[in-house]
Amino acid sequence: MVVVLIMLSTLVGRLVYLQVIKHDVFITRSDSNRMRVEPLPPNRGLIFDRNHKVLAENRPTYNLTIVRERADDLDQTLDLLVDILGLSDDKIDTFKKRSRQRQRPYQPALLMSDLSEAQIASLAVNRYRLPGVSVEAQLLRYYPESVAMSHVLGYVGRISESDLERLDSSNYAGTHFVGKLGVERFYENELHGKVGYRTVETNARGRALRELDRTPPESGRNLTLTIDSDLQALGYKLLTGKRGAIVAINPQTGGILAMVSTPGYDTNQFVTGIDSKSYRALQDDLDLPLYNRAVRGQYPPASTVKPYMSLAGLENGVITPQTTVYDPGYYKLPNDSRRYRNWLRWGHGRVDMRRAIRVSNDTYFYTVAHRLGISRLSEFMHRFGYGEAHSLDVWGAQSGIMPSQEWKRGRFGKPWYPGETLSVGIGQGYWLATPLQMATAASVLANKGKWIRPHLAKEIGDTEVAPPFPETPPDIELKNSNWWNLVDQGLEDVIQSGEGTARSLQQGLQYTMAGKTGTAQVFTLGQNQKYNASELRERLRDHALFIAFAPVDDPQIAIALIIENGGGDHLAAPIGRKMLDEWLLLRLDKADSETPRLDELARGASDH
Amino acid sequence: MQEHTSVRRRRVAFNWRRWRIDPWLSLLLLVLVGSGLGVLYSAGGESRYLVEAQSMRFLAAFAVMAIVAQCPPHFLMRMVPVLYLLIVAMLVAVDVIGSHAMGATRWLEIPGVIRFQPSELMKIVMPMIIAAYLSKRDLPPNWTDLGVCLLLMGLPVALIAKQPDLGTSLLVASSAIFVVLLAGLSWRLVGFFFVLALAALPLLWLNMHGYQKQRVLTFLNPESDPLGAGWNIIQSKTAIGSGGLTGKGWMEGTQSQLEFLPERHTDFIVAVLGEEFGLMGMLLLLLCYLLIIARGLYMANKGADTFGRLLAGSLILTFFVYVFVNIGMVSGLLPVVGVPLPLVSYGGTASVTLMAGFGILMSIYTHRKSTS
Repeated sequence: MVVVLIMLSTLVGRLVYLQVIKHDVFITRSDSNRMRVEPLPPNRGLIFDRNHKVLAENRPTYNLTIVRERADDLDQTLDLLVDILGLSDDKIDTFKKRSRQRQRPYQPALLMSDLSEAQIASLAVNRYRLPGVSVEAQLLRYYPESVAMSHVLGYVGRISESDLERLDSSNYAGTHFVGKLGVERFYENELHGKVGYRTVETNARGRALRELDRTPPESGRNLTLTIDSDLQALGYKLLTGKRGAIVAINPQTGGILAMVSTPGYDTNQFVTGIDSKSYRALQDDLDLPLYNRAVRGQYPPASTVKPYMSLAGLENGVITPQTTVYDPGYYKLPNDSRRYRNWLRWGHGRVDMRRAIRVSNDTYFYTVAHRLGISRLSEFMHRFGYGEAHSLDVWGAQSGIMPSQEWKRGRFGKPWYPGETLSVGIGQGYWLATPLQMATAASVLANKGKWIRPHLAKEIGDTEVAPPFPETPPDIELKNSNWWNLVDQGLEDVIQSGEGTARSLQQGLQYTMAGKTGTAQVFTLGQNQKYNASELRERLRDHALFIAFAPVDDPQIAIALIIENGGGDHLAAPIGRKMLDEWLLLRLDKADSETPRLDELARGASDH
Repeated sequence: MQEHTSVRRRRVAFNWRRWRIDPWLSLLLLVLVGSGLGVLYSAGGESRYLVEAQSMRFLAAFAVMAIVAQCPPHFLMRMVPVLYLLIVAMLVAVDVIGSHAMGATRWLEIPGVIRFQPSELMKIVMPMIIAAYLSKRDLPPNWTDLGVCLLLMGLPVALIAKQPDLGTSLLVASSAIFVVLLAGLSWRLVGFFFVLALAALPLLWLNMHGYQKQRVLTFLNPESDPLGAGWNIIQSKTAIGSGGLTGKGWMEGTQSQLEFLPERHTDFIVAVLGEEFGLMGMLLLLLCYLLIIARGLYMANKGADTFGRLLAGSLILTFFVYVFVNIGMVSGLLPVVGVPLPLVSYGGTASVTLMAGFGILMSIYTHRKSTS
């Protein structure tokens, strides 16, 4: 009996130890056993164009997942799935690879996205044969106008290892997709929203039984872009079959109306994960569809810089509006026998600034460049945004190159030669700029020096995106503000004058338009391009460029466009005209009924 | 004086004595079984089926107890050698043709008629045969007697251990040892056997199955494999510990209701009690067991002859070993061996055997007049 009592006391002691002394430890352990915090991912904000047309939406789709640990015989189950879904046999390998992807036990691995209705139905019928397999509903990003909008919007894709490093992992718990490029990338924080949580009670097998607590997620904010999808679509259509880019900006607001880069690509493919074959095809495409020419393509701005060169000359006092230069068809530096040619071999004769712009005379601007010198030239062009990335929210926008003596020394370790200044003076040589920069400069020119940083977002949620923007470059104030008008006259002449380089555009033009053509020489092949005789000939052709803004006294759109290897500028200018027509004609009609001030233009429209 | 009390007792408890039933013990057993069913209802996930099935078993078990109580001890003593040989034969049969359950061969089945574990019966027959043998000898037992006892004990214990069923074989062995101890073994000999047992431990280890070794290792360090072998013991300790002083309330135990606790209606049922009723509930349970054992020992002490006293004492002490081993294992004091909590854990054979044991105890107690 004594022994019995002693042994019972041992038990009691043990129980007191567990239930009283160590109670706290065990109550915590039992709570962490049963309670699980599950993230509730927020819905991603939608993206609209300026007319509230949806550009990016979330569509419910169905994914096939498998929990390996629950499948009785994994290989057999996968074989069966391929059979049920009517897939080709090579999918089995893909499935096997995907079924192994995640190492945490009891976590579903994604086998296949975007199941069709028929596939969901046959899975439901065969469910009893497929332990561990389930169909999960998920909202998936969808871009209705994916190809034309590809370079504006970018896309979302699965969160990768490198994404994880820059993301707040707690806010992305439960989120599978993240913006990879474009607007989706730049406005990731706004679009994503804030994660919610719910605390659920689970049983030992991890199944959620009831909800104990809930913090709802905050959906991402909707984004309204300044982009006009009609204008964008037109731009894409006009460049289809060509490699090129168009950027159109409203100079009064800085809003980017269109930002086209061709060829585009179907961004929807990237959302669910593009298969490697299609991806390689895109990468190996000589036309580089994945390359956003509008903001990353760096081209010599060529003759489109002549209005800015004129202003640089005037502002620095190296020319006056009346200064004339005799053009024999070439320019020679003092003490140098080398001839820097005008595009017209026999020359334009005597030219002043206005005519130099009109006929795009090179000799005149060689002279201006030589008189300015590279330092003053470079400094002035930086004020128009060359060599700078001034856009507010354009993902991946490049700054181009605005060469200078310092730049060359830093880059090549060599001194600057005066002849190089001449090339820069006609927008060639080391000078490189993106179509976005060219459009921005045109927009600043249209605004007579007033800077508004170009941007894509019009509204974030209910908040208007409006100037003043931080870090806006200082407005350009000339010593004589009339110089703006003189340059504008020259640019109007480009279209209206009989010898203007874009005179073909004057036919039926219903508004005043300032424009400048350009032809950029192509010197070398890109490094990764394959050699191909017929291809080569095409690829050695000049790039065709065009910048414009209209109407001249009340600019509502400024545009820059480039067609790679487009040959002469005769190809680029008509496309620019069509873009301006698309944007302005409707609006001028409307403006007419509201304000009789533009009656002149309206009459022209009704005559037509 | 003595005459007087017994007359009064006879008048008060006349019916009980006549039916060979001890009212106190029966009451305590009913209390234990009743509360056990309550815990089972919660542990089984509010399954009425489990409780009903278990109630039926207890009805049968009480019936067995009542029937066994009718058999006079000397009748049992005469029957023992036959029973013993029969069960040993059955154990051999199990070894040859028994059906499997959980990787061990324990069951003997006559298809469509009955399915039972001969090893369970041995829990009663073992102390009976030893007690029967020793009661014929001079006490305390000499070396020859001990040798015979060891032989009688060793054969079935080895067969059961081979099934393998370590828990039962240890219980059977201990029931035999209790008889020998009660027969008056000198402390020097007890010490000698203890040392011998310790020395035999490595031998035991070498003969253990993989899962048995694993259980012992897990007992020594449950955290080494928290999701595998250590799971049971971690979860049961968590259940008991989180119950605290007063528990989480009936059917409110998260560990058991959410199925974290394994085997919660069988071997680990006491963890459910600990979680839902806390230390208070556990103390009440232990008190209940203590009263049963105290009553049992008292009754054993009143046995009419040596056979009865030895057998009754051994039965009640084995019952206690059950309680101690089960609670000790669930609370992490002892390694996990498959020993159910007597009269509370879900399961049929064990309850019937235990109640049969109590029947024998009552028989020994109530037949003391007629044999003396």
